[in-house]
Amino acid sequence: MIRNDVAITPELVKEHGLKPDEYERFVNLIGREPTITELGIVSAMWNEHCSYKSSRIHLRGLPTKAPWVIQGPGENAGVIDIGDGLACIFKMESHNHPSFIEPYQGAATGVGGILRDVFTMGARPIAALNFLRFGEPDHPKTPHLVSGVVAGIGGYGNSFGVPTVGGSFGFDKRYNGNILVNAMAVGLARTDEIWYAKATGVGNPIVYLGSKTGRDGIHGATMASAEFDDASEEKRPTVQVGDPFAEKLLLEACLELMKSGAVIAIQDMGAAGLTSSAVEMGAKGNLGIELDLDKVPCREEGMTAYEMMLSESQERMLMVLKPGMEKEAQAIFHKWGLDFAVIGKTTDTLRFVIKHQGEVKADLPIKELGDEAPLYDRPWVESPKQPVIAPDSVKAPMSEAEALLKLVGSPDQCSKRWVWEQYDHLILGNTVQTPGGDAAIVRVEDGPKGLALTTDVTPRYCEADPFEGGKQAVAEAWRNITAVGGLPLAITDNLNFASPERPESMGQFVGCLKGIGEACRVLDFPVVSGNVSLYNETNGQGILPTPAIGGVGLVDDVTVNASVAFKREGEAIILIGATQGWLGQSIYLRDVCGREEGAPPPVDLATEKRNGDFVRQLIRSGQVTTVHDLSDGGIALALAEMAMAGGVGAEITAFPEGFPLHAFLFGEDQARYLIAVDEDVAADILYEAGAVGIPAVTLGLTGGDALILPGQQAISVKQLKAAHEAWLPNYMTGKA
Amino acid sequence: MKSAVIVFPGSNREGDVLRALKSAGSQAEKVWHAETELPQGTDLVVLPGGFSYGDYLRCGAIAGRATIMDAVRAHAARGGLVLGICNGFQILCESGLLPGILMRNANLKFICHRQFLRVERNDTAFTKAYAKHQAIDVCVAHGEGNYTADEETLKRLEGEGLVAFRYADAQGHITQDANRNGSMNSIAGIYSTKLNVLGMMPHPENLIEDLVGGTDGRGLFESLVSSFPRAA
Repeated sequence: MIRNDVAITPELVKEHGLKPDEYERFVNLIGREPTITELGIVSAMWNEHCSYKSSRIHLRGLPTKAPWVIQGPGENAGVIDIGDGLACIFKMESHNHPSFIEPYQGAATGVGGILRDVFTMGARPIAALNFLRFGEPDHPKTPHLVSGVVAGIGGYGNSFGVPTVGGSFGFDKRYNGNILVNAMAVGLARTDEIWYAKATGVGNPIVYLGSKTGRDGIHGATMASAEFDDASEEKRPTVQVGDPFAEKLLLEACLELMKSGAVIAIQDMGAAGLTSSAVEMGAKGNLGIELDLDKVPCREEGMTAYEMMLSESQERMLMVLKPGMEKEAQAIFHKWGLDFAVIGKTTDTLRFVIKHQGEVKADLPIKELGDEAPLYDRPWVESPKQPVIAPDSVKAPMSEAEALLKLVGSPDQCSKRWVWEQYDHLILGNTVQTPGGDAAIVRVEDGPKGLALTTDVTPRYCEADPFEGGKQAVAEAWRNITAVGGLPLAITDNLNFASPERPESMGQFVGCLKGIGEACRVLDFPVVSGNVSLYNETNGQGILPTPAIGGVGLVDDVTVNASVAFKREGEAIILIGATQGWLGQSIYLRDVCGREEGAPPPVDLATEKRNGDFVRQLIRSGQVTTVHDLSDGGIALALAEMAMAGGVGAEITAFPEGFPLHAFLFGEDQARYLIAVDEDVAADILYEAGAVGIPAVTLGLTGGDALILPGQQAISVKQLKAAHEAWLPNYMTGKA
Repeated sequence: MKSAVIVFPGSNREGDVLRALKSAGSQAEKVWHAETELPQGTDLVVLPGGFSYGDYLRCGAIAGRATIMDAVRAHAARGGLVLGICNGFQILCESGLLPGILMRNANLKFICHRQFLRVERNDTAFTKAYAKHQAIDVCVAHGEGNYTADEETLKRLEGEGLVAFRYADAQGHITQDANRNGSMNSIAGIYSTKLNVLGMMPHPENLIEDLVGGTDGRGLFESLVSSFPRAA
């Protein structure tokens, strides 16, 4: 008989983040009042972060399959086949709430957690990326958060030894009380050496590996499933502390152990620690799990069963070992100076049994903990449609050259060098394209293959029209991979939204997901892993809907690729794709005209695919090595970035008539690219494009040391660079 | 030529330097820090970059006292070649093989970027493939690369020509802007008195291919390999 020494009051239930009806459901499930340990376990399993209770029914609509997908969502990370017996394993995950409370450790452990997800499956991490959003620059907290988050990401990844090769970074007042810190990891494994969480066999030893368990991070996943208020900073003790050194040792020890053939199943201890990892292994394998907590290596004395089951101490793993292999496994872990303890066994009872100091502290049905979690079809309302803004209704408040200069030095469009120079992006010696371009490229082992990697979403589009915004996020990731010569293969999505209990924000979630699903289907770009982060709001103010997309593409031969930099003088600059001068929700409208309004640019996925396939073919056939996709800031900003990256100017002489110059230069129509090619080749490309009905037009020539827009004062590349590079360092040292 | 790359818990650029050594024509193998002896016939010992022991104490302080370091010191005392890169340089300073210390970067941040170095002399086993005062394009990736020594040591290093590389601009000029970590006299690397031990913060091993940024780092590994006529 299980002894209950703490009375479970309604207050206690509430503190555990369970609604009264959810608690009721649990009591009915187990047929008695739970122990405090059991209450802790169920609160960990049934919170939003672990159970996906508000999002599950909508996630089902996402396409997750393709011939090259080995493992879709539901494991530690997604797995795709990249040929030659190799698999790419990747995932993106949020650490938003902890990073707001304690930016360095919050971000660091976000990186640690995602790296662990990848190497748990047997992959050696070869690249890391991130997606970051902060509050407005003028908010007093912003510089501190930027500084801490960037240092934390660098601090963890640099020490662990993975190159951080790309990311996205921006500001908006809507993130004032809720920053976004999403970390993505990409690893490589052999297709026949991939490890899963599913336990098999009755009576097999369950082994605890890695760092010791402390009191850090208790209820981290519950915190991640609640809105913030003014007292949120009091939650600092629930933020975990990262130890990248221990993680590096854990990586080497795990990979060595996997090679030894001793491992049956493996699961990292992430959110909800020991609870979630053990339940997952048992439930997936249709087995019960029995744990003896007296055997758990603890960092602190006197830890209770409740604390051990909910601790989110970092750098820990749970494994099911082949019986009889314990000695061999232990030797490997001790060589790396890590803890190794047999703490339980698999059973055929389908119960999750926790023993501590001779007493049963929990005895729960293991499958129901996952399967019977509440599932909500929350009410939602569609976001109101925004009016289309006619190009000629937007008056230009300054010249196009002045506007461009303003934009290149603005908080969102300025160089992020200050950020990525704090990340080791060169370690491993395979970084073919470094941060700052459309997508990063990392070589796979000794080549010739490579992976093209990017993280994208345009949150202001998602808010104005969730469906189009969701489509655009996927299309932009697809386009960025295409622009370096990669074939887009699959995505991981990190869905950051406000409270699902408000129909408006639930409507944003539903709309974005429909858009993402639609784009993934048409572009053949399935979702193989992801993470949902809801309740991103403070005192009732939600974030912009931000479904960050992490895209992975394959480059067949890394020596054949394209980058944004103008490489030579006298090359023809060709615009691929149709331009209407779409200014609604554009950066020009927001940052030059001070208007945040209108419908975002629509995304025609068939056109997107046709134009992108054309550009990729130009790169792969070796005809083109200079390509930039068009997104924020349109043609003008892309030209400036190409000129700055290559140190070569350009003169734009041709532009179509019929709409204002500022709409042509700054419009954000989709499915477009700029390329620069030898003039001789240009004619062929224009002909080829014309033959398949793709709009293509020569805008001007590269050359000189300035960018000259039609009828505008020349802006020297030097002047552009000065404005572009200055803002962020000045801001961070209090000068901007 | 035979190279031994020492692996400490927390080393992370051992693979990068193995690749550079092998591509220059050296045999190269990893040696675990807990070993007591170097492999028979080791010509060059490399202490690679990384965060040995997490850099939780002073960088390199624990690794400098690892079991294998006695064998490394003996190898150096016999005139054997030792190369310490980044964390390896820090370990050499902590183990007494090189003078001075690496402090936190002047801006107190980790910095990773491409960096030109001026080759101060080209008559050593490490640099003979370069021209004297050639500017080479490599990269740095460190949080504590700010070389600091007492006045007397600095005077001796300069007087005896023991500065191996200085941070420079693309033309090889020594400028304050090029010295981003704040090192004294823009020092990026130094030799031991007998010129057989080199410690340097930058990473030549990451610049060995055009595809991945350039080939200016190759010269260092080619110099070493060419120092041994019995190259494998």
